Amino acid sequence: MAQTNPQSSLQVGTWDQLKTRLNRGIWPYLLITTYSLVVTLLLFRNPSTSRNTDILFVLFLGIMLLTYKMALRPEFKLAIAALFLGIGLPYFGTLNPFYMDIATMVGIFVVLALGLNVTVGFVGLLDLGYIAFYAAGAYLWAIFSTRQAQNIFPGLAHLFPVPPSWFFIFMLLALVVGACMGLLLGSPVLRLRGDYLAIVTLGFGEVIRVLATNLDRPVNITNGAQGIRDIGRPPLFFEPWVREMGVDLSQGQLYQLFFYFLVLLVLGFMIMVVYRLSNSRIGRAWTAIREDETAAIAMGVPLVRMKLTAFAVGASFAAVMGTIFAAKQLFINPPTFDLLRSINVLSMVILGGMGSIPGVILGATLVTLLNLQLLPRLARELSVLQIPSQFDPTQYQRMLFGLLLILMTIFRPAGILPEDRRRQELEGNAIDVPAEIEQSPPQATEPDVGMKS
Amino acid sequence: MALLQAKNVTKQFGGLLAVNDVTLTIDRGSIVSVIGPNGAGKTTFFNVLTGIYKPDKGSITFNGQSLLNLRSDQITACGITRTFQNIRLFNNMTVLENVLVGMHSRLHAPMWNIIFRTPTMRQEERQARQKARELLHFVGLDDKRDDLAKNLPYGDQRRLEIARALASEPKMVLLDEPTAGMNPHETASATRLIQRLRDDMGVTVVLIEHDMKVVMSISERISVLDYGIKIAEGTPDDIRANPRVIEAYLGKGATQESEATHQDPEITTQEAEVHTTPEVRRQKPAL
Ligand SMILES: Nc1ncnc2c1ncn2[C@@H]1O[C@H](COP(=O)(O)OP(=O)(O)OP(=O)(O)O)[C@@H](O)[C@H]1O
Ligand SMILES: [Mg+2]
Repeated sequence: MAQTNPQSSLQVGTWDQLKTRLNRGIWPYLLITTYSLVVTLLLFRNPSTSRNTDILFVLFLGIMLLTYKMALRPEFKLAIAALFLGIGLPYFGTLNPFYMDIATMVGIFVVLALGLNVTVGFVGLLDLGYIAFYAAGAYLWAIFSTRQAQNIFPGLAHLFPVPPSWFFIFMLLALVVGACMGLLLGSPVLRLRGDYLAIVTLGFGEVIRVLATNLDRPVNITNGAQGIRDIGRPPLFFEPWVREMGVDLSQGQLYQLFFYFLVLLVLGFMIMVVYRLSNSRIGRAWTAIREDETAAIAMGVPLVRMKLTAFAVGASFAAVMGTIFAAKQLFINPPTFDLLRSINVLSMVILGGMGSIPGVILGATLVTLLNLQLLPRLARELSVLQIPSQFDPTQYQRMLFGLLLILMTIFRPAGILPEDRRRQELEGNAIDVPAEIEQSPPQATEPDVGMKS
Repeated sequence: MALLQAKNVTKQFGGLLAVNDVTLTIDRGSIVSVIGPNGAGKTTFFNVLTGIYKPDKGSITFNGQSLLNLRSDQITACGITRTFQNIRLFNNMTVLENVLVGMHSRLHAPMWNIIFRTPTMRQEERQARQKARELLHFVGLDDKRDDLAKNLPYGDQRRLEIARALASEPKMVLLDEPTAGMNPHETASATRLIQRLRDDMGVTVVLIEHDMKVVMSISERISVLDYGIKIAEGTPDDIRANPRVIEAYLGKGATQESEATHQDPEITTQEAEVHTTPEVRRQKPAL
């Protein structure tokens, strides 16, 4: 045993050395370009849905992680991100709609996780009913874009369903409704902490789901357990232009692209909002509350207002995502919004790193990929092993996910990319004083930051 | 001229009168100490002043304004801040961020401006950072501004608490045992810092302190609490000579003996002994 120790530390040493060597000067640029080109070409040549494509797709998404982690100029990082998200991913999506759908779902869940991260990660308030806000947004659009709304306002039946182009108005409306619901949930639970708060929010989430299940009588608002179908879609206002450009895609593919870019847009806005808030007086007050509530109050932080702000911000984005989800799926029913979903989003936040924005993005991506693509695939592969049919292979998904969570909490309790206030501070300064970036090479002050894990 | 006036302040925990009918006036620009044996109610008195507890009876006026119906954060905005007996920093935030949180009541950029980074917001943020760094420079921590608070050595954490308290531009700071747990060298430099708070920044200082050397050298007035009651008030010399104070610290039996020695300027050593042997305290008969 004593002999293996120095050996392994030597190995770690060379590995670290290699990492630092490869993360200096021109090397990261060469590496990321080669990697991206190879993976992208391989993936584009094999757009079928198979095990290999699954693996390649994950490696493909890994381009983003590598770009984030490596010591590259911010402009270069931005360019890669733009190429990847704006062209590479949607192009592959037109080759294989299954992966386009996964990419869109990843985007939706990243937004949800970032929203939950505001209350759980920044302020430290455990919220187990977060999916309720998502449900509210989804039902808002589902009800008003179908005949469902006629039951609520019989006198105004001619107004419903609202025209498809109202979708964008309803996104804004969902923002407001979500914020109000956040305040509604926030105000009674402000005095609670820890377990009590978790229980109340859990109850809140269930109440919304049960309401959705049972509000089909006496007035049929939600259509009960059957859910609402044929939800309205926003108009493909850009279709003529695309056709003019000679792109030959089916309506379905165009919708996929549309929702992909819509989610990307909201996601981009969300990331901007949480980054800016977290580096402002509001975000600092949130973190201060998480660190020490009494000290925060004594330093002049108005507890109630700050907590309510956090609930409202998180809830509003969830509601907006809900409307997009409803329009994309065309069908929603209450089980879509059960406790498991809330816990799922929470696990994204915890897995990625509570309070860490890049961590939460990574966590949400990983968990969504695992749930929608990797674990089902693995379960299918396992079924080859001729396990007795009583053990349905699909059951292993949950088990494997659980195991993964347990391993994570043991080996990386702070998450995959833990919160690093120091780094955030540097980035915050960089945003403030863009001239500084030009003068000094990126991360020159912190050379060990790249490829740390 | 009185900056703070506490009148007949009483705070009860169940049957325990932690602060009992305390009346205290603190003049603008002074350095005042509140001393007393362990459990005398000093920290509770601070907690009442800063709105963490509401007093059961009595009134508190600060700068001509009643503090009774204000929340803690509003009291901070009025100009009273504090440090804590057991350091309560925001551990996982950087040193600079800790000070910036302290500035919260002086920053007003609304959410909208933050999201869109309007020029006014950026200006405010720049000025805040500038001022935070000046404060860190004042307490000698500017070169550690990007460290996490939890990674600072003990003495620096106490300094950071002071810088954070100063960030809200207070008229008065309450320091709860600022030199507790420090070695003599650190204590001396902390004492100088407290002196500079008043001399350079013009802040009125109230401190709870067990180190009599610090108390006697720095305070203009001293109030003594025992079992929640203010048993004495006066200049350091008055207090040193006050038999009730000595009795409170050493127990009734010690009074006669210490009457002979109460002129002894080395009260520090006696105090230190009492502090490390709580039995002495317990031997004192209940009032
Ligand atoms: N929240 C509380 N609930 C119940 N009792 C309390 C509470 N806070 C303080 N006490 C009691 O009030 C009394 C005064 O406590 P306090 O902390 O004010 O003493 P202190 O003078 O600061 O002592 P020390 O020098 O040890 O810090 C003690 O008996 C303490 O146990
Ligand atoms: Mg105390």
